[in-house]
Amino acid sequence: MADHHPTGIKRWLFTTNHKDIGSMYLWFSFIMFLIGGAMAMVIRAELYQPGLQFVEPNFFNSMTTMHGLIMVFGAVMPSMVGLANWLIPMQIGAPDMALPRMNNWSFWILPFAFTLLLSSLFMDGGAPNFGWTFYAPLSTTYGPPSTDFFILGVHMMGISSIMGAINVIVTVFNMRAPGMTLMKMPLFVWTWVITAFLLIMVMPVLAGAVTMMLTDRHFGTDFFNAAGGGDPVMFQHIFWFFGHPEVYIMILPAFGVASEIIAAFARKKLFGYSSMVYATASIALLSFIVWAHHMFTVGMPIAGELFFMIATMLIAVPTGVKVFNWVATMWQGSMTFETPMLFSIAFVILFTIGGFSGVMLAMAPVDFQYHDTYFVVAHFHYVLFPGAIFGTTAAVYYWLPKWTGKMYNEKLGKIHFWWSMIAVNLTFFPMHFSGLAGMPRRIPDYNMMFAAFNQLASIGAFALGLSQLFFLFIIIKAIRSGKKAEDKPWEGATGLEWDALPCPAPYHTFDTPPQVK
Amino acid sequence: MSTENQEKYEKYYVPEQSPWPIIGAIGLFLLAYGGANFIQQTTGKYNNDGSMGWIIFSVGLAVIIYMMWSWWRDTIRESMNGLYSAQMDRSFRQGMLWFISSEVMFFAAFFGALLYARQLIVPWLGGEGNNAMTHALLYPDFIPQWPLTTTPAGETTTAMGAFGLPAINTAILLTSSWTLTIAHHALKDGNRSALLNYTAITALLGIIFLGLQAYEYYEAYHHMGLTLGSGIYGSTFFMLTGFHGFHVTIGTIFLIVMSVRCASGHFTKENHFAYEAGAWYWHFVDVVWLFLFIFVYIV
Ligand SMILES: [Cu+2]
Repeated sequence: MADHHPTGIKRWLFTTNHKDIGSMYLWFSFIMFLIGGAMAMVIRAELYQPGLQFVEPNFFNSMTTMHGLIMVFGAVMPSMVGLANWLIPMQIGAPDMALPRMNNWSFWILPFAFTLLLSSLFMDGGAPNFGWTFYAPLSTTYGPPSTDFFILGVHMMGISSIMGAINVIVTVFNMRAPGMTLMKMPLFVWTWVITAFLLIMVMPVLAGAVTMMLTDRHFGTDFFNAAGGGDPVMFQHIFWFFGHPEVYIMILPAFGVASEIIAAFARKKLFGYSSMVYATASIALLSFIVWAHHMFTVGMPIAGELFFMIATMLIAVPTGVKVFNWVATMWQGSMTFETPMLFSIAFVILFTIGGFSGVMLAMAPVDFQYHDTYFVVAHFHYVLFPGAIFGTTAAVYYWLPKWTGKMYNEKLGKIHFWWSMIAVNLTFFPMHFSGLAGMPRRIPDYNMMFAAFNQLASIGAFALGLSQLFFLFIIIKAIRSGKKAEDKPWEGATGLEWDALPCPAPYHTFDTPPQVK
Repeated sequence: MSTENQEKYEKYYVPEQSPWPIIGAIGLFLLAYGGANFIQQTTGKYNNDGSMGWIIFSVGLAVIIYMMWSWWRDTIRESMNGLYSAQMDRSFRQGMLWFISSEVMFFAAFFGALLYARQLIVPWLGGEGNNAMTHALLYPDFIPQWPLTTTPAGETTTAMGAFGLPAINTAILLTSSWTLTIAHHALKDGNRSALLNYTAITALLGIIFLGLQAYEYYEAYHHMGLTLGSGIYGSTFFMLTGFHGFHVTIGTIFLIVMSVRCASGHFTKENHFAYEAGAWYWHFVDVVWLFLFIFVYIV
């Protein structure tokens, strides 16, 4: 088949091509990343010094809420789906995703869902202001009118991710080229198939939670109302049954990315491939029985606190296996430090810091001190920014030649890396200290004693925001005027997408399946 | 490459471009935006005046129905033209199974709420565990019991018994699973008249089930004082049975469409994915009902 592709706007609106859909997902997530980032800038500007400077407290609350929702559902998750779309079919030798039209539907729901969510900023009473966790009764009894639009927006996002997950899982189980056995699959494919499983299991539970919210708000049900025999704490249980697996949904694909890139630039086989697969699966399974570690202070029987504490700490074991394997892969490798590798190494180190603070938070007795402080904010931003987002960034640098046929400018890439590396730590490391000292999260004002840490964090945040615009500049420059990429730009890269396909990959790949040895 | 591989992979068909996905996305947007406005305008909680809500919602619904109709029409045409392979058939099957799994988890959320309320909330509100003060200070007159016919705030209702309509409905759904299995076997044996008859009987049983459930709801609202607002008992009762009823409705429509397609000779012994998907869906709805019958009505 000739490598023709449809032209004009219809190419994008009606497409069934996994590469087009992958690109749309990636660009969409980057736009959301900038919007959510702009909200973070508002938050950090307000927190630059104590007292109220720029925004009303209610608007501040809307900003923290929308920042969280947009980053989780609009930036991180779609970016991972974008990578899955581009890479999984090429990595397993399939011509496309298994259900290409549904794939397009999954994508196109998102811009509409986020239009709905963002429109709430302009509604009477303001955007949702109860935090991205939307605890009842803040979101039920006290939620602004825009809450209903938020609820239905979440339903749309849920439909999109469930369909995306079904597509990934079916593609992996049914579309592999002959010889591509499960234990030969690149680790990125493995981590994504496990992520897809998590999505199918927990997104419907989120849908259930927001549905109960909707009926509590408007149709007189009492799910989260003690006077009717319900319980606001039950909301937290249902939400975190979704919420904890959700954090692995955001990080597992980044694990896969790091595993591939580190092996490529260490010019070695990944150390402990099968243990990586089993560790990922154990993390996923354990993630279903740890949710109440977010609720240690809410009031739980002591047996419950103990169970969730111990179960949570168990997750450190498979996670430790992964970190060990990444380090062991680098051990005695002939390493070079191109931009994707730099981001991946930073990923390993900084994600581990976030993992350690996670173990601290998992200890029920000490969590009473950390709960709802900036320590928690520091913890999850360490796993999300230098974790999930550095992972995606590394992936973009690494696979850009495969996608576009162009190389980025290595020097600019390295500047981007060091800039983000310093800024991310400057932003989030001081939050550990202000949090340990007791600074509460989600409050626009604070005690004078936290001023220095907050100023550092704000300066870091502005630098971090700018570094993302610089990233955009590097990518656009690469696409427009980058050096033409060789078919195999990375000496140590392995996998079908590098060995069996040119750079850029043609519009249609693997119309006949490659033979995998 | 072996011939088996060619058989398995070479006929893979990446479907043509299609306008339906994005039309579906627009439909969902209208449904959601109109739905939120519609709800606010109906319940009048906020002064969301104007009456565009239900219009936008209806347009969204129409777009979605049109989209589904056309998308499936295209798919069926392609399938009848022999564009699909065994591999695509497997993709559809696996996709359907994972979709049903996600539905199971949706119901799990509501069953979880029911069990949490019964096993934890109600005893705790009654002072169990370390909750003596909750009981003494907030609701000293509250008597923990299930079904919760008197809420902590003092609202009363009556519980729905298990052995009347619900037991009949259980029998109906179980029978319908059986008739559907007969129909499915008839399809595999190439017995067209049995296939048609038993599929139609199954759909008819679905309609009878829905009729009886509507009657049950009518009784609950008008004679038993049992409503969606009757505390956590009413909430869990109506949300669980309501979502189940909604799924029975979808399943019944599915079966009716399958009856029509059987009559038009769309299915062969070997090639009848859509029929099996409908059957799986029906059995799933049936199993959910069994759990409902046990946990909502009996226990
Ligand atoms: Cu968690």
